[in-house]
Amino acid sequence: MDIHEYQAKEILANFGVAVPSGALAYSPEQAAYRARELGGDKWIVKAQVHAGGRGKAGGVKLCSSESEIYEACDEMFGRKLVTHQTGPEGKGIYRVYVESAVPIDREIYLGFVLDRSSQRVMIVASSEGGMEIEEISAEKPDSIVRSVVEPAVGLQEFQAREIAFKLGFEAGLIQQMVRTLQGCYTAFWESDATMVEINPLVITGDNRVLALDAKMSFDDNALFRHPQISELRDKSQEDPRESRAADRGLSYVGLDGNIGCIVNGAGLAMATMDTIKLAGGEPANFLDIGGGASPERVTKAFRLVLSDSNVQAILVNIFAGINRCDWVAEGVVQALRELDIDIPVVVRLAGTNVEEGQRILAKSGLPIIRATTLMEAAERAVGAWQNDLTQATKVRAVK
Amino acid sequence: MSILLDRASRVIVQGITGRMARFHTKDMLDYGTNVVGGVVPGKGGEMVDGVPVFNTVKEAVAATGADASLVFVPPPFAADSIMEAADAGIKYCVCITDGIPAQDMIRVKRYMMRYKREERMILTGPNCAGTISPGKALLGIMPGHIYLPGHVGIIGRSGTLGYEAAAQLKERGIGVSTSVGIGGDPINGSSFRDILERFEQDDETHIIAMIGEIGGPQEAEAAEYIRDHITKPVIAYVAGLTAPKGRTMGHAGAIISAFGESASEKVEILSAAGVTVAENPAVIGETIARVMKRAA
Repeated sequence: MDIHEYQAKEILANFGVAVPSGALAYSPEQAAYRARELGGDKWIVKAQVHAGGRGKAGGVKLCSSESEIYEACDEMFGRKLVTHQTGPEGKGIYRVYVESAVPIDREIYLGFVLDRSSQRVMIVASSEGGMEIEEISAEKPDSIVRSVVEPAVGLQEFQAREIAFKLGFEAGLIQQMVRTLQGCYTAFWESDATMVEINPLVITGDNRVLALDAKMSFDDNALFRHPQISELRDKSQEDPRESRAADRGLSYVGLDGNIGCIVNGAGLAMATMDTIKLAGGEPANFLDIGGGASPERVTKAFRLVLSDSNVQAILVNIFAGINRCDWVAEGVVQALRELDIDIPVVVRLAGTNVEEGQRILAKSGLPIIRATTLMEAAERAVGAWQNDLTQATKVRAVK
Repeated sequence: MSILLDRASRVIVQGITGRMARFHTKDMLDYGTNVVGGVVPGKGGEMVDGVPVFNTVKEAVAATGADASLVFVPPPFAADSIMEAADAGIKYCVCITDGIPAQDMIRVKRYMMRYKREERMILTGPNCAGTISPGKALLGIMPGHIYLPGHVGIIGRSGTLGYEAAAQLKERGIGVSTSVGIGGDPINGSSFRDILERFEQDDETHIIAMIGEIGGPQEAEAAEYIRDHITKPVIAYVAGLTAPKGRTMGHAGAIISAFGESASEKVEILSAAGVTVAENPAVIGETIARVMKRAA
């Protein structure tokens, strides 16, 4: 789960990380009021969306008067911000964060990630702050400093000092940097984060080390023990279909194609998508219905897949181990009867209770296209979709 | 000999009184697995399908001589159960549980370091379908009937995709020595590399099939190990060619977040290490059959 910059800064500040003073606003008026409260004569207005690359996309504006704040806010509120991380549909701006501008001497990149090679938390830092880490790795790989934290004892001071010295910090700033690194690590560990990124961490003209930006992501599997973090979830930043799926215990990712997929198991779901592509089609979604799927869950899966108006054919691929083909077949029949589906549906069943499942499909009298192998299923789905398309074009031509 | 699991393995099920655990315990017994006990704190003395339940893993080991365990415990408590098994002297543990916090697994891995390497419990999973040595024993939730006994060693991150591969083999009359699910989580007990090492040493395994997916460094690490240390033919399939970058595809670990983590990059890295890559999931069986024929 992702959270907003202002929320991440609040969490980090609680662990002793210094951040610029700032305040949240839900309207241009409120933003101007916040700026007056903060004082000073230069402010940064930052769109709060769950994505990086806001600066280049116009989501971060430096303002030096109240009218400039209004202007910046008018351009942001209610709009979709499209950055290189949001996809073409963008993310809605419903809140902005107003911050006092600070004079910047140096910019540092600082990240904390779960390193899957060492299976521990790794700190990644670079003196080339402000650039994306991907750019830094590609263009200035030598500037990157890495350090792995021993989970039994946590981040040690000497490790933090080493990082600070390698980044070229002056002796007088080392203690501030150590406090920042330890604060970030503790925040990461205590809140079951999967990522903390501060880009940039800055040294100000008056020698303070400040987190100018902050991003945090959390382990969904650990949210049960962090109710206060779960509350930070902002559904306006999620794909509505994906949030609806998650609320129903289904794992769904929307894609750009037009063949909807209903599969059990994440690996098989990806493999099914790959096979559709190979057969000449494009998958509309990733969907894992999980183990022990009831007919009701299968029907819900159909509803979800059909909520994407691009879907022009559906492929159901089930290899039942913990699942039961007969339940899935009942779900398919129920969905076709209830939802008035007028696009081709291809069903491939294998594994537990497959004969019973096939019998249910056959007996239903519904126009279900059946397949026995994965390849056959994908070919039939793509074939049926193309056929359907040609027919639809013909009908239109006749009209 | 098969790896990790055979007829002689004495198995306990942690969390045996749960609905799913009961169901799969019965399945394992029917398959011929030597299930000797179960562990559920506070339910010691009960029986499940004729199997005695103990309060602690230590008690179960003392009473039954168990050396393998299947963890079927809900996510918040699963890490604790794995560590309990490691401390009680269990040699091989499979954790089925999906949804364990990554940090709990970091703790588990760190905890296991307290045991000397040669005495350390082997863990596979979590978030996997388990391990089967066909015709001998089943420690997991896979449908046993789709596997024939034979000489292909399978290692896979995904459960159902592993079934798909096994079914394609069975269709061609090709059998499996052992199939090991290493699971879909970002922090797992054993990697591809760990299991490859065991298959290389196993007389019964003549060819190895690796079923990977997007996300993480373990396929690339395996490629390097195969190039330097594996003499048996290896074939691979990597799922997720159509998966977008930066999105989690069901498995917590299936997310492309760095270079070398996409399916096409993994395919390239594996091919460069001499692995025969099946281009799509429908030809996994066919590819194995072809490589076997060539090797024979």
